[in-house]
Amino acid sequence: MTGTETTYNVDRVRAQFPILNQEVHGRPLVYFDNAASSQKPTAVIEALREYYNHYHSNIHRGVHHLAQLATSAYEETRTKVKAHLNASAREEIIFTYGTTDGINLIAQSWGRKNITAGDLILISALEHHSNMVPWQIIAEEKGAQIKVIPLNDAGELDQEAYAELLQDEPKLVAFNHVSNALGTVNPAKAMTAAAKQTGATVVIDGAQAIPHLQVDVQDLDCDFYAFSGHKAYGPTGVGILYGKREVLEAMPPWRGGGEMISSVSYERSTYNDLPYKFEAGTPNIADGIALGVALDWMNGIGISAIAQHEHELTTYATEQMQAIDGMRFIGTAKEKAGVISFLVGDIHPYDLGTLLDQMGVAVRTGHHCTEPLMNRLGIPGTIRVSFGAYNTKHEIDRYIVALEQGVRMLS
Amino acid sequence: MSIEEKQQEVIEEFAFFDDWMQKYEHIIELGKELPLIDAASKDEDHLIKGCQSRVWLNAERSDDGNVIFTADSDAIITKGMIALMVRVLSGQRPEDIANADLHFVKEIGLHEHLSPTRSNGLVSMIKQMKFYGVAFQGTKQ
Ligand SMILES: Cc1ncc(COP(=O)(O)O)c(C=O)c1O
Repeated sequence: MTGTETTYNVDRVRAQFPILNQEVHGRPLVYFDNAASSQKPTAVIEALREYYNHYHSNIHRGVHHLAQLATSAYEETRTKVKAHLNASAREEIIFTYGTTDGINLIAQSWGRKNITAGDLILISALEHHSNMVPWQIIAEEKGAQIKVIPLNDAGELDQEAYAELLQDEPKLVAFNHVSNALGTVNPAKAMTAAAKQTGATVVIDGAQAIPHLQVDVQDLDCDFYAFSGHKAYGPTGVGILYGKREVLEAMPPWRGGGEMISSVSYERSTYNDLPYKFEAGTPNIADGIALGVALDWMNGIGISAIAQHEHELTTYATEQMQAIDGMRFIGTAKEKAGVISFLVGDIHPYDLGTLLDQMGVAVRTGHHCTEPLMNRLGIPGTIRVSFGAYNTKHEIDRYIVALEQGVRMLS
Repeated sequence: MSIEEKQQEVIEEFAFFDDWMQKYEHIIELGKELPLIDAASKDEDHLIKGCQSRVWLNAERSDDGNVIFTADSDAIITKGMIALMVRVLSGQRPEDIANADLHFVKEIGLHEHLSPTRSNGLVSMIKQMKFYGVAFQGTKQ
């Protein structure tokens, strides 16, 4: 390893991920599917074990010792997330099952109350199905219209077209902070400010941003920001929805059940205060606690250090991939995070992905849950490699050898 | 040749390969050799949509009532796998197709291609082939 890697000790980071130390099809695993889900450091795995071994209990309602330990550990994550996102209050941090769940909450609660017939919902051409389908459901139900912020050829959102679309005064603008398919980093702050000027409510899908960027929701000034734990070194099955307090307060509950009520009679209930109003039922306590540990872990290394490391990996990989005959990068935005999407000649992504897997390299192929985007680009899908804190240049070297081999076999 | 004999033939053919690369090179070769499905059959009606690769399947009856399959895919490895399925099942009697146990896929070490998580359209294609077998049973052409 050379150059700046001396300041970033990737070996020490890597040693904390037991899963990476294995062979796949007889070759050492190279895990380049981080945008789909990252692996977990021992700190996170240990937190889960510790919880189930020592203080599992249902939270919030218990007077006994274990219930108090579990409750305070779970609520501590809320405090950590508040700090991590620089939210102004703990009440603005709602536990969800993930990004998808958070966006559905907004659509079903805020959307059902505020979207009416003839309203315009603006989404971007880069959206994951998770930030598309929930809006389609509510738009269909209410008779609202959906319009799409188009792309330029580099895979960046066309800001002029966006400004024009805003003149139609959308009720809601929803876009991702970082695109999972192309890696494009969208100018979220400027886009939010522009939307706010026309009075729109702004939803940001932060699923791909949280592992790579320092996010400040007050600085962004968005109304909602959703992310998943599992893409940011945390466990599956838990995520966060940030919402501005006054926006959340005006929203009706979505799911009904325990935890979200303050009193119940057979006829009606009064609802609990924020954030519990949106947290019906026993939550995913263990993974909620471990999510806080994952954030601590990331902050312990430093998000900017991780991002810098990933940037070096991306640059290094891109340089070598360029030398391959027929290489076509899909998405060449100026601002990108951790993702290289590509095609080689007319080789089908599935074929290349299958051969890379045979050589121990895990990549993602297909439409990446962005079918309309792939249609817009006129391709069936791409091969996507995506990097995390523990990936190395050595792995890229191995991947390049495998890629050349695969291309040779398929040409 | 019966379905079982065809399977044995494929197993023997693959026994020659001693690493994954030779095996996949062969699959790719088979994919390239698979006779093209006629353009008329490459439409929505014959499409089996996998998330990762697309498969087209057409079934016809021969004069003796057996089932003739032709198929295609946009991915060459999927196409190679299809070539094997077509080789084993095409030209067979409907009831034999309906009841076929395609154990050869496992024996040649390519069963992971039939895992539903790969979503390459192959699992659905085999289901569809067997469905044709069932549907054609007891009918004449
Ligand atoms: C940009 C983006 N949004 C939303 C999601 C959905 O996340 P989850 O499946 O964790 O809800 C993903 C995950 O692939 C994503 O990349």
